[in-house]
Amino acid sequence: MIGFNYSLGLESYGRTLPPDWPGGFWWHWLVFTVIILAFVMTVLLGFVWFERRALGRMQARLGPNRVGPFGLLQPVADALKVLIKEDIVPTQADKIVHWLAPVVTLVPVLMIFAVVPFQDGALLVDLNIGLLYVVAVSAVPILGIFMAGWASNNKYTLIAAMRDVASVISYEIPVVLSLAGVVLIAGSLSLNQIVLTQNTPLILLQPLGFLIFFIGGLAEINRTPFDLLEADSELTAGFHTEYSGMKFALFYLAEYAEALALSALIATFFLSGWRGPFLPPWLWFLLKIVAMFFVIIWMRATLPRIRIDQLMALAWKFLFPLALLNIVVTAIEVLVWPEALPWGLIPVNIVVAGILVLFLSKKFTLGWGRIEV
Amino acid sequence: MKFEHYGIGIAKGLTVTLRHLFRHPVTVQYPDQRLHTSRRIRGNELVWNEEKCTGCATCAQVCHIGAINIVTSPSQATNTYTVEKYEVDTGYCIMCGLCVEACPFKALYMGYDYERAKYRSGDLVQTKEMMMTTPEKHISGYFYPELATRLPMQTLLLEKVKEDE
Amino acid sequence: MVIKTEPIILNIGPAHPSTHGVFRMRTTLDGEVIVEMEPIFGYLHRSIEKLAEERTYTGFIPLTDRLDYLAAMSNNLAYCLTVEKLAGIPVPERAEYIRVIIAELQRIASHLIAVGAFLQDCGAFMTPFLYMIREREKILDLFEMVSGQRLTYNYMRFGGLSQDIPEEFLPALRKFVDQMPSYIDEYDQLLAENEILLARTKGIGILSREMALNTSASGPVLRASGVEWDIRHADPYSIYPRFEFEIPTGMVGDCYDRYWIRIQEMRQSVRIIKQAMKQLPPGPVRSTVPWLIHPPVGEAYAHVEAPKGELGFYLVSDNSIAPYRCHIRGPSLINLTALRDMVVGWKIADAIVIFGSIDICMGEVDR
Repeated sequence: MIGFNYSLGLESYGRTLPPDWPGGFWWHWLVFTVIILAFVMTVLLGFVWFERRALGRMQARLGPNRVGPFGLLQPVADALKVLIKEDIVPTQADKIVHWLAPVVTLVPVLMIFAVVPFQDGALLVDLNIGLLYVVAVSAVPILGIFMAGWASNNKYTLIAAMRDVASVISYEIPVVLSLAGVVLIAGSLSLNQIVLTQNTPLILLQPLGFLIFFIGGLAEINRTPFDLLEADSELTAGFHTEYSGMKFALFYLAEYAEALALSALIATFFLSGWRGPFLPPWLWFLLKIVAMFFVIIWMRATLPRIRIDQLMALAWKFLFPLALLNIVVTAIEVLVWPEALPWGLIPVNIVVAGILVLFLSKKFTLGWGRIEV
Repeated sequence: MKFEHYGIGIAKGLTVTLRHLFRHPVTVQYPDQRLHTSRRIRGNELVWNEEKCTGCATCAQVCHIGAINIVTSPSQATNTYTVEKYEVDTGYCIMCGLCVEACPFKALYMGYDYERAKYRSGDLVQTKEMMMTTPEKHISGYFYPELATRLPMQTLLLEKVKEDE
Repeated sequence: MVIKTEPIILNIGPAHPSTHGVFRMRTTLDGEVIVEMEPIFGYLHRSIEKLAEERTYTGFIPLTDRLDYLAAMSNNLAYCLTVEKLAGIPVPERAEYIRVIIAELQRIASHLIAVGAFLQDCGAFMTPFLYMIREREKILDLFEMVSGQRLTYNYMRFGGLSQDIPEEFLPALRKFVDQMPSYIDEYDQLLAENEILLARTKGIGILSREMALNTSASGPVLRASGVEWDIRHADPYSIYPRFEFEIPTGMVGDCYDRYWIRIQEMRQSVRIIKQAMKQLPPGPVRSTVPWLIHPPVGEAYAHVEAPKGELGFYLVSDNSIAPYRCHIRGPSLINLTALRDMVVGWKIADAIVIFGSIDICMGEVDR
């Protein structure tokens, strides 16, 4: 099979820890937390640069290239600029909620990285309900966005925040159901186990699940084609209109951190995480994350955005039945043909996915028409 | 409305964007790289030839903005007008070129340079001395094709994109 | 318990990233649906019609550039045609052919911006806009070669043009005309069949045929509603009868039809330019006309098919050096009168898309 024997020996270290860890070794926990946060922040800044350059090249122009070689220090310049700006709070705003909103948006996204495996056993904590933890934690940032929209005392931000809440809640369901297909094949909720059982990447075995997770994930992180929250051709800047200075920087970082989290999760669930020949595993993981992020940027460069009622129709009428049918088909496969032939299941799955998508897309209508007033 | 194309349209659009990733970008990085402007550019100043000018003030009459200011006095010795004050308010002028076309003695030209920013708006008024033709001043070929042939050819985006693809 | 709801008034205000210029829409919203809309314009009024009475006829030509600043050559052409009609000035053959070439190039340039801005309003973050700006740059380079400036050309005069075209113009034009169809095909491939664009624009903002005729719409807005009316065919000016080209007509009158018509019109313009280049005769480009014109007492109205619609100038003269009255029939303003009926009943996001598909330029609306 694809070799996974290269490791830093961390799993043997993990097995010699005392059973009340991290109670006695709190400073190990601190060191690893700092390492993971540093990694996430660095890759985040790199993503800001990568997006601007790649988006520029796809639009027949150069990206930023003045600040440092190839513009690599551009995110640093952005961070400095944002730090020295004045922090404006509207007078009628709810001060505590206004202050807490960016924090509530950013921190849970960083918490997702506690369970993402960078290597075999190289996680902060190997929860055996890792997937449930990820789903639970990733539902909290939307609360922060709503707090931001409410506390700004502004009609536009309230409309934008309400749209956002409605859309994220609708897309949670197909996303979670598509992950149920992954769990059925992998047999465990722990992310490390999911990667270990992926001798063939699950994108081949679960094409429909990948599609649903990808589209649903894009909707959750409010990227094009679902970025009607920050659509600056509609309600100026959406929920973060009234934010400036460091709080705005936290929202901005939260958006990219969510994109990074989505890329990391897709790499873990569907692209078999850190596994791969010849190169060290963490490098494979990084490459897969960058490839997924490139696909996200590619979508942003090409597609127009869809309307809010079309967004909801897509979630409830298209993705939700697809996710249910996906679970049914996967369950039938796991029960009737247990993994004796993973290679035989791949074409079956792809054909079933194609048929379902074609069939369902013929059947449903997208959004309302004109309403008589 | 029904879905009709099953995602093929999106895939086609994605290939176009991907193809652009491998093409050379069309950006010109000013001020390191500059383009040659057109030979007939109606640049940011007026250039005045004192020998040919007779002080008839046709240019001031034709200027519909009123940006040209001429004061002349008759000189008995040579039986001509001497031009005492000839001012153009470059901040007011819209560079339409009607004065250049109207001059019957071909004494007025449009400038070729376009980088003439000043720090104060009062500095934009061109007085008589600033307007005279000197060897350093570049004259554009607007309305005078024989002057245009002396200037470099215009860089066209058509040429640039053709050779880089 | 009955929940009381009330409609809110939202100001899609003058300074907004996607109203094309300073235009204010005062909408009354019920949830997300627009119940009532009131367009308010006048933020760019510069009293150009009054200024015409104070400038001479020739001195007014630079001001006509600033009406529809994205398609300035068409404005120049309309004004020059009116004065030539008023004063009876003939135009030489070569000047007519060059005028047609320049007018069609201007049509392509204006439609590029119109389609680019429309796609930007639909949400395709700048990518199609930047591709179309790249093509428009090529056209602006050609115009700079001919007249000296890129936006306000001041190139047409009564009796022809101000100067002849330089000798490097025709080879560059030939290169452009050969390349352009492949770029239009690329735009088609990028977004014409995109499902998201179809879902966003098909069936949205339908302008019925009766309503289009009643509100005197013109240009692509009228043709999208199924009326085959193009001034170049119906009431030809200049030498348009010598060229053969088609008029793309839509069937439904929604935003997608207006977008599709503009793309097809670009192809037809390329066709006209190719025919005109083949037939271009040598000769003078301007008939001798005095600098200060005194047209005889009377009035004249001439209209052209500007990229945005029917642009007309109405001049009344009393034999002095300036017009007695100049009125400009701006197509954007007349097309805007249909906006309220197109928008009511749709959602906010649709209002922006519908407004973008009419393609207005505030310089013409407010003059």
